[in-house]
Amino acid sequence: MDKKTKSTLIDPLFNDNPIALQVLGICSALAVTTKMETAVVMSIALTAVTTLSNLSISLIRNKIPSSIRIIVQLTIIASLVILTDQILKAFVYDIAKQLAVFVGLIITNCIVMGRAEAFAMQNGPRLAVWDGIGNGVGYSMVLLVVAFFRELLGSGKLFGINILTPVTEGGWYTPNGLMVMSPSAFFLIGIFIWILRTYKTDQVEAE
Amino acid sequence: MLEHYLSLAIKAIFVENMALAFFLGMCSFLAVSKKVETAIGLGAAVIFVLTLAVPFNQVIINLLLKEGALAWMHPDLATVDLSFLSLLAQIGTIAALVQIVEMTLDRYAPALYAALGVFLPLIAVNCAILGASLFMEQREYSFGEATVFGIGSGIGWALAVIALAALREKMRYSNVPPALRGLGITFIVTGLMAIGFLAFSGIQL
Repeated sequence: MDKKTKSTLIDPLFNDNPIALQVLGICSALAVTTKMETAVVMSIALTAVTTLSNLSISLIRNKIPSSIRIIVQLTIIASLVILTDQILKAFVYDIAKQLAVFVGLIITNCIVMGRAEAFAMQNGPRLAVWDGIGNGVGYSMVLLVVAFFRELLGSGKLFGINILTPVTEGGWYTPNGLMVMSPSAFFLIGIFIWILRTYKTDQVEAE
Repeated sequence: MLEHYLSLAIKAIFVENMALAFFLGMCSFLAVSKKVETAIGLGAAVIFVLTLAVPFNQVIINLLLKEGALAWMHPDLATVDLSFLSLLAQIGTIAALVQIVEMTLDRYAPALYAALGVFLPLIAVNCAILGASLFMEQREYSFGEATVFGIGSGIGWALAVIALAALREKMRYSNVPPALRGLGITFIVTGLMAIGFLAFSGIQL
């Protein structure tokens, strides 16, 4: 693996994380992080869509007239999302039900659109695929970290299995109700960014 | 009847606030909330587009895409189910609608266009619009309900973004730890606002 491929794949994880630094794709992400299970499925779905949309847009990038490129990108992404939605409904129906509208919202997830516009339009298919995977994984990482804490502290479980046995089932742990509600997701992301930027001081915003 | 609509509107504005309870429209929510003035512009544009897009999509889904919806054209079409196309149709409608609104405003209300201009294209990919549309489809709202829901969620989103912008303007004078500056502290403030909005839950008319 040459240097450029490597940096395309690795950079989005820490140096250029789509959520923490590029502020992309927070929209449809946080609502699915109350449980590990839904977060994992969402991560896989998003990584697949980003990778495939980067690939297909990069393949036809020289044939797209720049005046209608947004519409072309949206159509490709929407078709891929419909495909993902149908596959999820066919194989993991229960989780697809819990994800509800948020699978559809991958269309307007700024990561997919943003990478298509910023990377796939200028680079060849091979690099575009790596970029798609890298950004998908960078996003998944934040999602999984948030979901880990929300499920563990909010209901004492991971993947539905008791880790900290809650009081209601004869254990000792009193579940933190706030973790299941929306504000905790904001706090966790804020703290995640705080830790990341304490470590990588070049990402600190001048304000 | 009126009570039903009123309660739906209150629910959309406060209890199930698009931005704070469902995290929708977060990208522009965080990017455009640095100044109150621009936040008001974007908020107004979102209300405007949501008010049009949600009822419009409701009509498209119920007259064209739902199972058996095509029966009004020809009895043979009563078995056709196009609902798998609804994602594509809705995002297409929203993009087209934004474009039409932009052109209409440019032609007939130049002052409003100058104020909203930059924000309109951004809105086509604002998840709050598609999100509201998808919620409408999932909850099977009627045309009247869809209109009220559209306006309500628009107002709720605008309210949240303007409040956050006002907070961020004041925050310029506070001493935030360097690594938390900018995005980090914005997330934490938004979280606190979301806690505030939790107080509305359980309101029933």
